[in-house]
Amino acid sequence: MIDATGMPQSGVLLGGTSEIGLAIIRRLATRRLGRVVLAGRDPAALEQRANELRSSGIDQVSTFVADVRDAGALDGLVSEAWARLDGVDLLLVATGDLGTAELSELSAGRVASIFEVNAGGPAAALLAFAEAMAAQGSGRLVVLSSVAGVRVRRANFVYGAAKAGLDAFAVGLSEALEGSGVGVTIVRPGYVRTRMTAGRSQAPFAVDPGDVANAVVRALETGEKIVWVPAILRLVFAGLRVLPRPVFRRLPG
Amino acid sequence: MSAAANEPSPSDGERLLSGWGRAPVSRARVVKAHDGLEATAALAAASATGERLIGRGLGRSYGDAAQVSGGVVVDLSGATRLLCFDGASGVVTAEAGLSIDTLLRTSVPEGWFVPVTPGTRQVTLAGALAADVHGKNHHVDGSFAAWVERFKLATAAGTLEVSKERESDVFWATAGGMGLTGLVLDLTLQLIPIESSAMVVDTERAADLDDCMARMEERDAEYRYSVAWIDCLARGRHVGRSVLTRGEHATSARLEGAGRAAARFGPGLRAYDPRELASVPLTPPVRLLSRKAVAAFNEAWFRKAPKERRGEIQSIQAFFHPLDGVREWNRLYGPRGFTQYQFVVPSGAEETLRSIVGSLSSNQVPSFLTVLKRFGAADPGHLSFPAKGWTLAVDIPLGLPGLSELLDGFDEEVAAAGGRIYLAKDGRLRPELLGTMYPRLDEWREVCDRLDPARTFSSDLDRRLSLRRPLRRPLRRPRTSPGSRRTPLGRSPGEVAP
Ligand SMILES: Cc1cc2nc3c(=O)[nH]c(=O)nc-3n(C[C@H](O)[C@H](O)[C@H](O)COP(=O)(O)OP(=O)(O)OC[C@H]3O[C@@H](n4cnc5c(N)ncnc54)[C@H](O)[C@@H]3O)c2cc1C
Ligand SMILES: NC(=O)c1ccc[n+]([C@@H]2O[C@H](COP(=O)([O-])OP(=O)(O)OC[C@H]3O[C@@H](n4cnc5c(N)ncnc54)[C@H](OP(=O)(O)O)[C@@H]3O)[C@@H](O)[C@H]2O)c1
Repeated sequence: MIDATGMPQSGVLLGGTSEIGLAIIRRLATRRLGRVVLAGRDPAALEQRANELRSSGIDQVSTFVADVRDAGALDGLVSEAWARLDGVDLLLVATGDLGTAELSELSAGRVASIFEVNAGGPAAALLAFAEAMAAQGSGRLVVLSSVAGVRVRRANFVYGAAKAGLDAFAVGLSEALEGSGVGVTIVRPGYVRTRMTAGRSQAPFAVDPGDVANAVVRALETGEKIVWVPAILRLVFAGLRVLPRPVFRRLPG
Repeated sequence: MSAAANEPSPSDGERLLSGWGRAPVSRARVVKAHDGLEATAALAAASATGERLIGRGLGRSYGDAAQVSGGVVVDLSGATRLLCFDGASGVVTAEAGLSIDTLLRTSVPEGWFVPVTPGTRQVTLAGALAADVHGKNHHVDGSFAAWVERFKLATAAGTLEVSKERESDVFWATAGGMGLTGLVLDLTLQLIPIESSAMVVDTERAADLDDCMARMEERDAEYRYSVAWIDCLARGRHVGRSVLTRGEHATSARLEGAGRAAARFGPGLRAYDPRELASVPLTPPVRLLSRKAVAAFNEAWFRKAPKERRGEIQSIQAFFHPLDGVREWNRLYGPRGFTQYQFVVPSGAEETLRSIVGSLSSNQVPSFLTVLKRFGAADPGHLSFPAKGWTLAVDIPLGLPGLSELLDGFDEEVAAAGGRIYLAKDGRLRPELLGTMYPRLDEWREVCDRLDPARTFSSDLDRRLSLRRPLRRPLRRPRTSPGSRRTPLGRSPGEVAP
């Protein structure tokens, strides 16, 4: 059950090894979250993460193996999650892959795969959970989008384009779910220090996974639908969005 | 979350439901029962299919007590027949869904008043029993169940005739049991005699919380009704400044001496015709009760109250149900809704009360409705809320960042002091503290399990707090019922211009 202050008791993390995702789960566990399914593609890594959560005191943690590109597996996840968790209050979508933006490395297949992991798969999962949550008249869908999709850059344009698609999909889904009891929270972090960004030069306004987690908990309480982390990026991108291309191209980071 | 979740359901069907606070929201199939037969039939059907089921009255509990996600909600607010009213003894038997509002319109002109009324008269008799509600007279008259002589209860194991002598453990498991023992079909209640429909009221201001508590302790025993309104935004040495109102039903002798003030109570002195003065026609997209607005309201309310005024003649509705004058005032809190934090701590735990009032003030929690009163002795209800001591009720808008953590901290303090929070108002209690706050929980669970081993009776409140203990029954993935695929997803694509 989601309580009056917006805190969920049960949740599914898609991208069960995501550093940001796990930070959010841990933070929510200090409030009401006690039943969790970690879903992802690497059984051993998932099991290790599950053990860490168990020893940090979360009652019920289990794992589910699914590649986000596999629609059949996602459907199985929905049924399994409802059975294991006695109703699902929260879906957290944290799958993502920066892929590549080198033209020499890109092919039709590679582009399709990056789109699948960052947009197609997450959208399919959101849709499947949204339908089941609407039937119970309550639920929260939290989507890790990215500022990379707000103004797409040369350096990661395939990833950015996919995130732009996912973000727009989530905005539309949020509208479609208006009045259903189900809410969508779209999270747009800037540079977060995780393994995904390890080795890349740090962009301005860098944050840690814990900062994203705090912002998400806050948004669940307030009902905010779009969350920028850090919050200042909302203003920054209001500017960047309209910057002429030749100027934007020369920006560092 | 949804604008319509707290409005009464016109007909059967799947819909979103919430309590008076408009959160949390969930979806269930509502069955309107107009009498005991229809209610029993709905129960039999749910038992057969294995669906969860809960009763619902007028939805005036604040949280999720009268709803069950994915299950069946039996709405008894349409079962309103007055079955028997004895004008000589003041004993009334009525169907479960009769409201205190309707009952008073019949009984007051006959010289009888309900022994216990909550701050709204828009509650059903069964809802009042299920929450074992209290009024401003708890220190004298106890809570609602004390005045209930018997009731008929449709349980999963069959329909029972229940009284304090017969099935007494079922009686006390139902009083305060939040609908989880069965569906109350009708009940018999002892009313109290009144000579007039007027109240004689004394009002005074208290400078701070300690002053308020001292005044209450000193002179509450002299009044049948007593309550204090607290300005929880006042700071510094004003923390807990308050307005006490205490009163009695006016005797006819008192009223005859009151001259012009008595005229509106009619020749028989018992005229009673409360009206709604206004309504909030729709939910504004934002909360109108901002911190500034609430602070200004509180300041004005405190200043407007006389330093001391004795013997004022008031109507029943002005004294007991002032909020009922504005229909659907809960909409003022906007789409996110609100909650009420109500706890009781034993006499002697005044420090806890001071600490929480202090924290409400230092955190500037914008509440315009904060009420303090003293409770008398507890009744034997396993989960009945009132217990000897102090109770504070605070309306709080939802959506404030950090609220969950703040209230969790209050829960700890209340539990440590041997107190508890009121389930009829709750939407967010820390589940781990339930057993500490309600030490007789296991006894209550035994009665429930005996009546309903399959656990047909359940509510969102039950599931959220594991009231009846978590049930490890695998739940099927919810699917939209065939034909209504569009409904849960709210707005359908066809309704927006492309
Ligand atoms: C403005 C306001 C002021 C209030 N002031 C007070 C107060 O001063 N003191 C106080 O004690 N409470 C107070 N309340 C709370 C209110 O009195 C209780 O929540 C009461 O239970 C509401 O009755 P209802 O008919 O609306 O029931 P609902 O809210 O519909 O249901 C409440 C509970 O009763 C159960 N129930 C309802 N009908 C049946 C039935 N036929 N059989 C079995 N179970 C049933 C439900 O399952 C649920 O658990 C106040 C509420 C409001 C909105
Ligand atoms: N870090 C940042 O700076 C940043 C900024 C903005 C947005 N984000 C977004 O935040 C989310 C979480 O990122 P993170 O920083 O926590 O990185 P992360 O730890 O690398 O998490 C990415 C997750 O995606 C999973 N994943 C990748 N491909 C998958 C596939 N085909 N099937 C299933 N799961 C797959 C990974 O699983 P494996 O462990 O199996 O690889 C991992 O759990 C992502 O959506 C990311 O785009 C990150």
